[in-house]
Amino acid sequence: MASLKEVRGRIVSVNSTQQITKAMKMVAAAKLRKSQDNIIKLRPYVQKLNGILANVSATLDGDVENPYGAERKAEKILIVLITSDRGLAGAFNSNVIKASQNLLNTKYSAQLAQGNVHFLCIGKKGLDFYNKKGLKTIGNFVGLFKSLSFDQVRPAAEYVMNAFVNKEYDKVEIIYNEFKNVATQIVRVKQYLPITKDDLPKAKAAEVKVEPSRYKTNYIFEPSQKDIVADLIPKSLKIQFYEGVLESNASEHGARMTAMDKATDNAKELLKELRLTYNRTRQAAITKEILEIVGGAEALNG
Amino acid sequence: MHLEIITPDEKVFSGEVTAVNVPGADGAFEVLNNHAPIISTLAKGNVKVKSAGTEKNIMIDGGLVEVLNNKIIVLAEAVLS
Repeated sequence: MASLKEVRGRIVSVNSTQQITKAMKMVAAAKLRKSQDNIIKLRPYVQKLNGILANVSATLDGDVENPYGAERKAEKILIVLITSDRGLAGAFNSNVIKASQNLLNTKYSAQLAQGNVHFLCIGKKGLDFYNKKGLKTIGNFVGLFKSLSFDQVRPAAEYVMNAFVNKEYDKVEIIYNEFKNVATQIVRVKQYLPITKDDLPKAKAAEVKVEPSRYKTNYIFEPSQKDIVADLIPKSLKIQFYEGVLESNASEHGARMTAMDKATDNAKELLKELRLTYNRTRQAAITKEILEIVGGAEALNG
Repeated sequence: MHLEIITPDEKVFSGEVTAVNVPGADGAFEVLNNHAPIISTLAKGNVKVKSAGTEKNIMIDGGLVEVLNNKIIVLAEAVLS
């Protein structure tokens, strides 16, 4: 049996660990609220943008030249992996990394063998993982989460879009955690570029339900309908990218909150057991001492 | 006339105005009361907001403007100030 002193030491250390996990849970909860605020703040912009995009493209004849929709043979692949900068968030990071590995081993195994799959990592965890594995990672977009805003994310989105338009990559996939609720994150693997045709009409259908009368308005378009649509597509793409990062950020804090909650509970259990052991050991020591004294007295009397 | 300037991060401006000058992609133009419905892309430049004697400049980094029924909505990618 462990000595009293050892058990006491363990109780102290588990206690301080519990304090840390409790504090981390609280911090994660506060940050989660902030990241959810960010998602809500983005909403009016997205609604308006999609509304205008639907409105303009609904009355548009013919196709718009769209460099972001160019289908090419998938030879060079870019995978955008959104993880977090910090760990201690349960399976949050390993889930997305697992999904990316899955993608590598199945869909893009041929491209991987030729070394044509590159990574752009938002968040340090994914970057560290693929650097260690020796796969090529491009761009340096780490530390965005300290003060997350559209301005911070925009350069990353623009970088990806430019690389696609310049034919450095034929396909861009984006992998991130979607926030469902505090305890649940859903890993999403989405084709980001080229834009699939269904992406645009979806916004259209949503808009028809909301404001059907809007279509009767005769707008003046400046410079022209086509130019506006061509201008709107990259804007909408950037927003999609930002949405992914925001979702991932909210998920991260949710996952950390749950993980830390569990850790606090575990520490509590452990403390209970340790206290029991401590008391038992102490009692055993006392009993032993009494026996010795009684034994000694008996010997003297004898 | 009601004006809203929105970026992905926040609502920069919301309120009643008398005139707005926006940096259209084909040159700046001014929107007064009862302007015809218009959708225009915006270049990087100044949005001049005039309301009851005061004037305010908001520098935007490109965007989009929609005018409909005396409601002006400016969607800006970013506000530079």
